[in-house]
Amino acid sequence: MHGLINRSVQNYVCDTFGHDVWGQVTGSADLGFTEIEAMMTYEDDVTTRLIDALSLVTGRPRDDLLEDIGTYLVSTPKLEGVRRLLRFGGVTFEEFLLSLDDLPDRARLAVADLDLPELEMDERASGCFELHCRSAVSGFGFVFVGMLRVIADDYGALVLLDHETGKNGIEKVFITLVDKDFAQGRQFDLGARVG
Amino acid sequence: MNNAQMNAMMDVLCPMHVLVEKDGTISHAGPTVQKICPPDSLVGYSFFERFAVKRPKGIRNIEGLRKRAGSKLHISLLDEPDSDLKAVLVPYDADNGKVVINLSFGISILDGVRTYALSNADFAATDLAIEMLYLIEAKSAAMDASRQLNLRLQGAKIAAEEQAFTDTLTGLKNRRALDHVLARLVSTGASFAVMQIDLDFFKAVNDTYGHAAGDHVLQAVAQIMVEETRNADTVARVGGDEFTLILPNVASEQMLLSIGDRVIERLQKPINFQGNACNVSASIGTVWVKEGHMMNAKDILSDADMALYQSKNSGRSCQTLFEDTDQNADSDAQSTWEVSNPKPTPIRLRSARRVNFDSF
Repeated sequence: MHGLINRSVQNYVCDTFGHDVWGQVTGSADLGFTEIEAMMTYEDDVTTRLIDALSLVTGRPRDDLLEDIGTYLVSTPKLEGVRRLLRFGGVTFEEFLLSLDDLPDRARLAVADLDLPELEMDERASGCFELHCRSAVSGFGFVFVGMLRVIADDYGALVLLDHETGKNGIEKVFITLVDKDFAQGRQFDLGARVG
Repeated sequence: MNNAQMNAMMDVLCPMHVLVEKDGTISHAGPTVQKICPPDSLVGYSFFERFAVKRPKGIRNIEGLRKRAGSKLHISLLDEPDSDLKAVLVPYDADNGKVVINLSFGISILDGVRTYALSNADFAATDLAIEMLYLIEAKSAAMDASRQLNLRLQGAKIAAEEQAFTDTLTGLKNRRALDHVLARLVSTGASFAVMQIDLDFFKAVNDTYGHAAGDHVLQAVAQIMVEETRNADTVARVGGDEFTLILPNVASEQMLLSIGDRVIERLQKPINFQGNACNVSASIGTVWVKEGHMMNAKDILSDADMALYQSKNSGRSCQTLFEDTDQNADSDAQSTWEVSNPKPTPIRLRSARRVNFDSF
């Protein structure tokens, strides 16, 4: 997968568990290197090996870690840009959810060789959404669970999230919008200067 | 459709439009264009009291503007001459002379959004402004990441060059490589020879024919040295016009001297560069380190240097063989300088580290 994704994993591990743990993780994953370059492409299995190794080294379940990575991606001040780029998706949380269909295309507009997992958003009933995610990294749906939790909060929406892996490997994230105006939410300044 | 319905529709489709009456008075303004002007400063005022037409030039009233219907206009806010808006005028009601003028930020969208603190809701849902802002931000982030990668790669390249063993101009080994080879040979106690070679008159070539000629000469010299040595020998360029040869498995003194002779002989032939004959020659100082020696690299090189200076002092284009009485127990215990006639007989420099100048 793209260096941007693997680099996010590295940032998450270093910020959460420290550089020593990252060293152990790359060693255990048998990467042969320790620094990931954000703008380079890596073999597909590098991400999976990293996540497996992280689970082994920290003794925490993969799913938890993946969800944590999703949370980290959109909440760490270091990656404020990610949150902002997602917020461009819509004025309301519902609009944002429906914009996730376009996320892989949007990502490719910015970085041509960045392939995100295939995403499909279905609105089942009023306030009930289903995000289908097909990825080379199993459990990637949990990244979206973590991410959606933070973004919902960002919009001031109250949501319930659930995850399920289908037999065909396609992951489903169920989103129930309990209250779209639960809290004030964070301002989104279109023209803000980042970084 | 009545006027109110029309205005409501236009506010959604074109939130930056103004409706202008025949006399040039603004009778309605979209919600976003109101945001970029002072409060209540549009409706009831003349269009030309608020806006100036920058291009096409010379348009000062609504009659002039009406003639430009359908074409692109560049407009600024009268209060902010630096502002740059794009606009198009469309006749609304030909009978009573009403027109609609729709405005847009164009390429200065980011400045516009920042200056007037606009949000998604200030643009029509079909407007690509938000996508444009998204792209600006995403591309800037991606470019930033690429720039950082480039910087790191450049740093890595410089580091790699510092660690390299090759002299980029000649393709010979460099001083770093030489130090490694020498250190290895010294530590094994094996027999080998070190030959210091200095080009004579190289500076004159550089000064007369320029650096390109100098570089060419160095490359030609390097080629000759490689040809006159064996594969196992190390040929290094250790300074501007200074070369060092390391020759393992030296069978005899004669072998060393004949390599030196051949190098000197070949270098004395003019080297052609763009029709100019560049003349250089070589001075050589050689040390033959015997098996089981106890010398360190620094002393070996300094002995070779001393022999080299002897050659230089003896009129150049000759070689000096350094002989150490410590190494050669059988040879004359008396330490002397033995300077014989240069060319072809080699000069011998004995035990320079315990030189007796009185006997010189």
